[in-house]
Amino acid sequence: MPQTLHNFMVLDFAPLLAGLLAAVSCGLLGNFLVLRKLSLMGDAISHSVLPGLVIAFLIAQSRAPLPMLLGALAAGVATVVLVELLKRLGKLEPGAAMGVVFSVLFALGVLLLEHRALRGMDLDADCVLHGQIEYRIWAAAPTELSAYLSLDTWATAPVQLRILLISLVISAVFVVVFFKELRIASFDPQASTAAGISASVMHYALMIVVAVATVASFEAVGSILVIAMLICPAATARLLTDRLKSQLWVSVGVAATSAVGGYYAGAFVPGLFGLDAVNAAGAITVVSGLLLLLAVLFSPWHGVIARAVRQRRVRLDVLRDDLLGALYRIEESGEDGAELADLRAVLGSGTQLAVRSASRQGLVSGDRGRIALTDKGRAESAGLIRRHRLWEHYLVGEAGFRPDHVHETAERLEHLREQTPRRGPDADPHGKPIPPESDPNTDPSIDPRGA
Amino acid sequence: MTTSELVDVLLLQGGRNTTLVVMGTTLLGVAAGLVGVFALLRRRSLMADTLSHAALPGIAGAFLVISAFGMPRSLGVLLLGATVAGVLGVLAVQGLTRYTRLREDAAMGIVLSVFFGVGIVMLSVIQNRPGAGQAGLKSFIYGQTAAMSPTDAVSIGVVAVFCLIATLLLQKEFVAVCFQDEHARSLGWPVGVLDLAMMALVVIVTVVGLQSVGVILIVAMLIIPPAAARLWTDRVSAMLWISALIGGMSGYSGACVSALFPRKPAGSVIVLCAGALFLLSLLLAPRRGVLGEFLRRIAGRVRLATDHALESLYEREIGVEASPPRRGVLLERLMALRGLVVLGPSGPGLTEKGRERGARLRRNHLLWEQYLISHADVAPSHVDWSVDQVEHVLSEDLVNQLERALASRGVAPPTPAEGGR
Repeated sequence: MPQTLHNFMVLDFAPLLAGLLAAVSCGLLGNFLVLRKLSLMGDAISHSVLPGLVIAFLIAQSRAPLPMLLGALAAGVATVVLVELLKRLGKLEPGAAMGVVFSVLFALGVLLLEHRALRGMDLDADCVLHGQIEYRIWAAAPTELSAYLSLDTWATAPVQLRILLISLVISAVFVVVFFKELRIASFDPQASTAAGISASVMHYALMIVVAVATVASFEAVGSILVIAMLICPAATARLLTDRLKSQLWVSVGVAATSAVGGYYAGAFVPGLFGLDAVNAAGAITVVSGLLLLLAVLFSPWHGVIARAVRQRRVRLDVLRDDLLGALYRIEESGEDGAELADLRAVLGSGTQLAVRSASRQGLVSGDRGRIALTDKGRAESAGLIRRHRLWEHYLVGEAGFRPDHVHETAERLEHLREQTPRRGPDADPHGKPIPPESDPNTDPSIDPRGA
Repeated sequence: MTTSELVDVLLLQGGRNTTLVVMGTTLLGVAAGLVGVFALLRRRSLMADTLSHAALPGIAGAFLVISAFGMPRSLGVLLLGATVAGVLGVLAVQGLTRYTRLREDAAMGIVLSVFFGVGIVMLSVIQNRPGAGQAGLKSFIYGQTAAMSPTDAVSIGVVAVFCLIATLLLQKEFVAVCFQDEHARSLGWPVGVLDLAMMALVVIVTVVGLQSVGVILIVAMLIIPPAAARLWTDRVSAMLWISALIGGMSGYSGACVSALFPRKPAGSVIVLCAGALFLLSLLLAPRRGVLGEFLRRIAGRVRLATDHALESLYEREIGVEASPPRRGVLLERLMALRGLVVLGPSGPGLTEKGRERGARLRRNHLLWEQYLISHADVAPSHVDWSVDQVEHVLSEDLVNQLERALASRGVAPPTPAEGGR
């Protein structure tokens, strides 16, 4: 095996895999937390495990992974149960219940750390929160490629990897087996309970699996990474898709990308600025935040930019419709067109934009600042005015509006292009003629000037 | 520690420094209690958690700036950095909830974790710098009340008083924004600005609290007192005072303990005091408390059992076929104590008062039964059948109608003159 590969196996393989496994199992479960508005549950659990860790240490008198894991797990489950209890007994909102539980438990943990038996131990709040996944080196990684085929070799790998693998398997199996139940319980708890799938049982099951994943992960990678991975990939996926199944896949992909990308970014990017490698857990978190930022900006449907473009397009459509309507009414009064300035007085600041858009579509022609409808524009505007006046007729006749109050409402409804009746009266409540639904090119009677 | 020492500290006679620290922490508790009420009402309790984490990159950034320019390290600059980061965090949460489909909990979680991640990255940059005087930064982040200096205590007190005054002055506006933001907006109030002001107060308390109780435990100061106060009252003004009182008591007792046992982390003691007060409230609060609820439930069951017993005793007396009353020594004693029955060798016998009540219950029972038979479609809306007097719920006409229907079935209910009212 080449030296560089061996170096990789010793130094980077275990942290990278640990980050990846933790990110994927948390990312997968996070989807249901985000849907159930419990995003901060991971935060609560990862803080309140501290007393569990300390008590486990006091009993076992060592930092062996198994007792620590069990202690943390017990504290995690206790958090879940206590939060539910407070929500029920005190009728507190979930956020406040979580805050009360985890801060008290954390305080208890800090106080216990001052216990005599723990003085001088390297167990502190710092290691719980930050996580040092870079230190999970695999010193015994063999130099021979063939050695990796033997299970005995893998037994020498850091024990955290095995714990993380088990936690990932538990999370994945839980989500796959109970996918339907989780889906209905997340979106509609009442319907779920009515359908025989107790939402509260699913809630507890989910919370316990989350506690397992949180506890298994934070020892290896630090709790801030756990919190981030429970929320950011799921939130990113939620911005990219509306289907739960694809959301799960996207979130797993985002989690894996953050883990690998963050690990390498943390190792190499600071080098570009002449700095040493930075904390990998922090770097992974930052990368997942950047991926989320990309989704917030560029998601094709839910992204900020896509939404702004959509809103602008609708606004422009409305402005153009208003321009056509104004020109039609001007033609009705016998004029042949209007000055841009006059139009602006009626339509406001967007007039220039609307004229440009309409003339690009061949709906109006501008001749020396004088704007007039083309034939195509006249047909379009006749349809618009028809809708407007039919709505006015409907609002006065059927919805009980007074004739002098309908214009504003009709002004909004006229932009709906569907659902106008095929037949209607000849005049609106104000006595203005309603253009017939036909093509002006074959039916010259539609010309407002001739009416 | 002697008793006199304890009394000295509790009465603020334990020396000028101790007194300042106790007063500063108490005021911080009061301010956090007040400010936290609005966060709780706005369902944003965990905002404090978010902000206290989001402050980390601000602190680390301020530290980097200070050391880059070779300035002396001062508390003020670090706090300024924390405040800037906190305000950015608030804006990020608001932006995420307004412009994306993500909800507030997810937005808070995102800001919390990503900001903290940035902070950790910056901290590791600081730690990698050769010879940077980073000592003290860590204790600053995790908080050490025991080490609070008198000057810190004074500045904390000043900020706490500011928050207190601001909250009291803007109370009406904040309440309106919390409960009816649409209405407030229609009145032309700057709801966005008021919302930001509320959050800014949370930021200020958080940043100041970082000093004395630490990043994580300041969260408790902002969440626990309001949550406890909520159990005692439904009125905002009362809630503000109760929350301030609980916060102040926690801060006071925590600081006193830390003065007496310098090795105990005062932040944790403060939080555990608040937690104990919360637990007391959860148990003892009259309406929402667990104990009150339990007693009400017991009382309800006793009333139900008494009613059943009286009714069947009455039915036995007038010779109607009735299910035999369930015997219970405790219940019979209780009824005898209230003068409803007299205990004889052959079992309890009704007194005049008991007979009257039994007759009323039977009449009620029969009328409700008839009502269910003839008006089953509307009946489920009247749930407490055994308790509510028919006349209190149904109109006189309907009661007469029910009585006639009963008579036609050959059942005569005891008339009000005979038994009931």
